[in-house]
Amino acid sequence: MDSFHQRRRRDLFVAFIFAGLAALAPLFVKDVYVQNIMVLTLMYAALSQSWNILSGYCGQISLGHALYFGIGAYTTALLFTKFGVLPWFGMLAGGVISALIAMGLGYPCFRLRGHYFVIATIVIAEIGLLLFHNWTWAGAALGIDIPIRGDNWLTFQFTRSKLPYFYFALALACVAWFVTWWLEDSKWGFWWRAVKDNPDAAESLGVVVFNSKMGAAAVSAFLVAIGGSFYAQFVSYIDPESVMGFQFSLLMALPAVLGGIGTLWGPVLGAVILIPLTELTRSYIGGSGRGVDLIVYGGLIVLISLARPQGLVGLFSSRKVPAQ
Amino acid sequence: MTAETIIQSLASGLLMGLLYGLIAVGLALIFGLMDVVNFAHGEFLMIAMYITFFLFAFFALDPLLSMPLVAAALFVFGAVVYLLIVRFAVRAKANAGMVQIFSTFGLAIVMRGLAQYFFTPDYRSVNHSWLGGKTVSIGGIFLPQPQLFGALVAILAFVGLYFFINRTDFGRALEATREDAGAVALVGIDKNRVFALGWGLGAALVGLSGAIMATFFYIYPDVGASFALIAYITVALGGFGSVFGAFAGGIIVGLVEAATALMLPPALKSVGIYAVYLLVVFVRPRGLFGSM
Repeated sequence: MDSFHQRRRRDLFVAFIFAGLAALAPLFVKDVYVQNIMVLTLMYAALSQSWNILSGYCGQISLGHALYFGIGAYTTALLFTKFGVLPWFGMLAGGVISALIAMGLGYPCFRLRGHYFVIATIVIAEIGLLLFHNWTWAGAALGIDIPIRGDNWLTFQFTRSKLPYFYFALALACVAWFVTWWLEDSKWGFWWRAVKDNPDAAESLGVVVFNSKMGAAAVSAFLVAIGGSFYAQFVSYIDPESVMGFQFSLLMALPAVLGGIGTLWGPVLGAVILIPLTELTRSYIGGSGRGVDLIVYGGLIVLISLARPQGLVGLFSSRKVPAQ
Repeated sequence: MTAETIIQSLASGLLMGLLYGLIAVGLALIFGLMDVVNFAHGEFLMIAMYITFFLFAFFALDPLLSMPLVAAALFVFGAVVYLLIVRFAVRAKANAGMVQIFSTFGLAIVMRGLAQYFFTPDYRSVNHSWLGGKTVSIGGIFLPQPQLFGALVAILAFVGLYFFINRTDFGRALEATREDAGAVALVGIDKNRVFALGWGLGAALVGLSGAIMATFFYIYPDVGASFALIAYITVALGGFGSVFGAFAGGIIVGLVEAATALMLPPALKSVGIYAVYLLVVFVRPRGLFGSM
């Protein structure tokens, strides 16, 4: 047990160092294109970390988290454009709504196992996408253009610099990481791992399996929705496909899967490798529109998942990755 | 809405449903054999449609004639995918489920990229095939020939598959490997060979559907994505592990899609399928005919 707590202290220490270094990065990186990649990397690290809580720790693989991302983005954008509510409240509202929806959906879905559950998550997100596509009040397929009403932290809009977005994304990634770190050693964390490894055995030992899953779903959806709200502010234009499309569900899952699913550092490591690579291949070899970026990207996914099924995180660590 | 319209669209829905069943049965077969869901299934269909297209464009070979060739090509392709990728994915000791999902999903992205690279993102179509664009009138109901033919092929394929699994040595080896791969190895059957042949067979069935689909659907690099989700729902609805379930699932999906199109605007036509899937699994978490 002692080494477990030593490890946790070391993780926290390492996280502080990384966060500090990341916070200093803009001093050296002035290029807007690179800053943009840094913002996206941090955002995906946060999203993937949140996804990892339900899918990695609790073992309920969701390929429908784009739903919560989209709800976060839409709640913020709609409250702001229709009622003039500041994005900060919209963000909170989006998070709460998503968490409630996650629990409402979890009620019937958590009876499902394996592929039946995965397909249900895809299908539900697709229904959400179709509904937003046809919801005229919310802009339907055209989406919402968020008007610029300032250049400050109050309206959370910045027209001249990307740095405020960078620091918010960094904070979000840190919060998602810290929540995971904190939950790992909580009663919930142990329950989740028990549920993942063997739900029947966990149940017989007194773990309330159903409630554990609901808790994981709520935390996970809340954090992902905050990410969605942030994204809406960052790009200031959203439409159903660009915030609720299936590709977001995958993009959220990939860093955790490649980095190490169900591990504390997996999502961060995966995002740091994958997102810059995606963006760079897209801009340097994707411009031809001939799909070379897809070939490289897809090939990499195949190679990593075959070569390191436990994720890349084990490469950087002397200790063993927690047994899956 | 007249009774005729309703019968007309349900009849088309039934035909389309049989074709969905044919698209999905390869997925069901592979899953039944080794518990692996092929997330590149839609891209298998895409490749089959492109092969059909190029055989038509370069050799003026009608899809009806090229169908066996397409199936044969896909058989080889399926077996190669097993030997090069899936064989290693199932060996993973950690995260087996995730590795299978993401290795086949990565393959899907590569295939889409390759299709864009070599075939360009242009929309292609097989014009003036023997079946394309023609209809048959049966008792006042007009049925499109490609779908009608597709439905017939689907029924024949299911009957054929039934006899193949139950009456041939290879079918029995397939069934035995599914039940206990370890024991099968003891009696001298090479597990890898059986799995490779199973993947080939599953892909060949997609090849058949691809050749038919090419006669009435546009062909482009992302075409598989539209059908992949329907195929997963079809298999899950019928119950993973049940080949017959894929057949039944396909018919249900086709009918529900047609019925939804009658009641809701076209943009929402998939909502019906999604809702029915959720309803079925909420009541029966193993799908309609799932065994496990």
